[in-house]
Amino acid sequence: MGSLQLKSIRKAFGTHEVLKGIDLDVKDGEFVIFVGPSGCGKSTLLRVIAGLEDATSGSIRIDGQEVAAVPPAKRGIAMVFQSYALYPHLTVKDNMGLGLKQAGTEKAEIDRRVAKASSMLALDPYLARRPAELSGGQRQRVAIGRAIVREPKLFLFDEPLSNLDAALRVQTRLEIAGLHRRLKATMIYVTHDQVEAMTLADKIVVLNAGAIEQIGSPMDLYNKPANIFVAGFIGSPQMNFIPAGKLGDTEAKTIGIRPEHIALSRESGDWKGKVIHVEHLGADTIVYLETEATGLLTVRLFGEHAYKPDDVVFATPDKASQHRFDTGDRAIA
Amino acid sequence: MSKARSAPLRTALIHLALIAYTLVALFPVFLTLVNSFKSRNAIFREPMALPTPSTFSLVGYETVLNQGDFVGYFQNSLIVTVASIALVLLTGAMAAFALSEYRFRGNTLMGLYLALGIMIPIRLGTVAILQGMVAAGLVNTLTSLILVYTAQGLPLAIFILSEFMRTVSDDLKNAGRIDGLSEYAIFFRLVLPLVRPAMATVAVFTMIPIWNDLWFPLILAPGEDTKTVTLGVQMFIGQFVTNWNAVLSALSLAILPVMVLYVIFSRQLIRGITSGAVK
Ligand SMILES: Nc1ncnc2c1ncn2[C@@H]1O[C@H](COP(=O)(O)OP(=O)(O)O)[C@@H](O)[C@H]1O
Ligand SMILES: [Mg+2]
Repeated sequence: MGSLQLKSIRKAFGTHEVLKGIDLDVKDGEFVIFVGPSGCGKSTLLRVIAGLEDATSGSIRIDGQEVAAVPPAKRGIAMVFQSYALYPHLTVKDNMGLGLKQAGTEKAEIDRRVAKASSMLALDPYLARRPAELSGGQRQRVAIGRAIVREPKLFLFDEPLSNLDAALRVQTRLEIAGLHRRLKATMIYVTHDQVEAMTLADKIVVLNAGAIEQIGSPMDLYNKPANIFVAGFIGSPQMNFIPAGKLGDTEAKTIGIRPEHIALSRESGDWKGKVIHVEHLGADTIVYLETEATGLLTVRLFGEHAYKPDDVVFATPDKASQHRFDTGDRAIA
Repeated sequence: MSKARSAPLRTALIHLALIAYTLVALFPVFLTLVNSFKSRNAIFREPMALPTPSTFSLVGYETVLNQGDFVGYFQNSLIVTVASIALVLLTGAMAAFALSEYRFRGNTLMGLYLALGIMIPIRLGTVAILQGMVAAGLVNTLTSLILVYTAQGLPLAIFILSEFMRTVSDDLKNAGRIDGLSEYAIFFRLVLPLVRPAMATVAVFTMIPIWNDLWFPLILAPGEDTKTVTLGVQMFIGQFVTNWNAVLSALSLAILPVMVLYVIFSRQLIRGITSGAVK
């Protein structure tokens, strides 16, 4: 239980088309992440799946059942919102139990499920508090707890971590990953942060301007991006894009090389250049250089390196790891 | 001048201005209250003086309580005001929710149409309203007043409330929908509590003109059983003689219920503001 099929989902607000034909298959128990820049329609797609917006056209099946006419509460889904969206006038316990209460579940059963979720999320000491008396991280855990209690076929997360600070974000990310392993539920998760996408997903769906650019496992997207958009979006720092003409490649239009696939040397190499700026991150050193052959180039070196601005260096790309794109910005296999 | 030095001066000026305004605003109330406790001669001889043992008199209040049915008038005023506020808040908030929450054809047009009443005074329609009330057999009933005042209060209420409701988080409403709350439950249990400060504001702005109105009670409900306080006071104002003691006493009494309602609403208003601030 918990599969999802989308067939040519379109959504327009007036004349503004936000989703331009989305096709997707999610298998039971999969962790699928929609990733894409802000405003590309990720939240809209999630709301369409939840039934909070009607699609302009297309079909949605949850567990093989067409849900167009099914209200959100009956779709067997639960949603976690970016802004937590806890009911301000209810205690943590009542926040988590409201959905079940509305569905007419017995009180004993509600108590049992709330207790189970709250112990899973270490919320036991806070059950009697109201949302205003909780920290941001605790509120987000309550929002997740509210979703768990419903025991849904499908979890929907809309950028659940973006209001948390960096440390808490990593911790909550781990909790969500653990939750997925433990509950074995199907999860659909929206984020604009490619790191979150890479670390959590079984399958990533890259969206851009309301259309799917590529679907694949994190390593598929990293190693075999289908086009320039995906190549540039996945991976940090961003892939270097070099006009192919400059490198004497007449077949391709653009050559892409990831910063970690370039070696630097003070003595010799393919492209001679000058260091512009260096970022020392401890585990990594990011060197920005200007070369005669390629223009601006970002290089990621592992460990600490003593390069300084204005140093003359030679960069050598790893030919096996380079990506070639045609005039339509599609990858050349 | 440094910012640090100018600040106390500016604060002092602001407070001066506020205090001056408060005095100006309170002066008529003060005058009314003070003179209502004086004898007729004292009112005319020294209108500004506080009552002294020799000028103190309760004759105004005695007249008010003995002549006419002032308790009844008060009751009428209260019924009309409270019922109108309740109707304005309920129907206004519902209309505002529909306008701010749902996308439908003609939404903007409907909003503008409903806001039109802010600019066009309802009294322009007095003749038509009177004809309508006569036809409906509602003349000399409190219902006629309540209906007119509800119509009068709605435009501003809808305008203010729909602006406020737009600020209520969509996520919260959507969370409610996923948990199976009906649209009514979302409106009453999630949205209304969050716009309580705006409701209090609307209540205050709606209440005062209704309580003070003389026009519609005079035209629609001048009968003895349906007189409101403002209309009742008129019987002490004659063409040749005016019983100032009674007028001032009646007005002083009329301030009280408004004051109570105002305190109730303004506490809500302040609570709403501060609870938002610490969130
Ligand atoms: N209710 C709405 N009415 C009109 N336009 C909307 C509405 N909701 C979203 N949009 C538009 O749809 C686009 C995608 O929005 P959204 O799905 O929230 O993007 P994302 O979540 O990827 O940042 C945006 O351009 C936004 O302006
Ligand atoms: Mg979004």
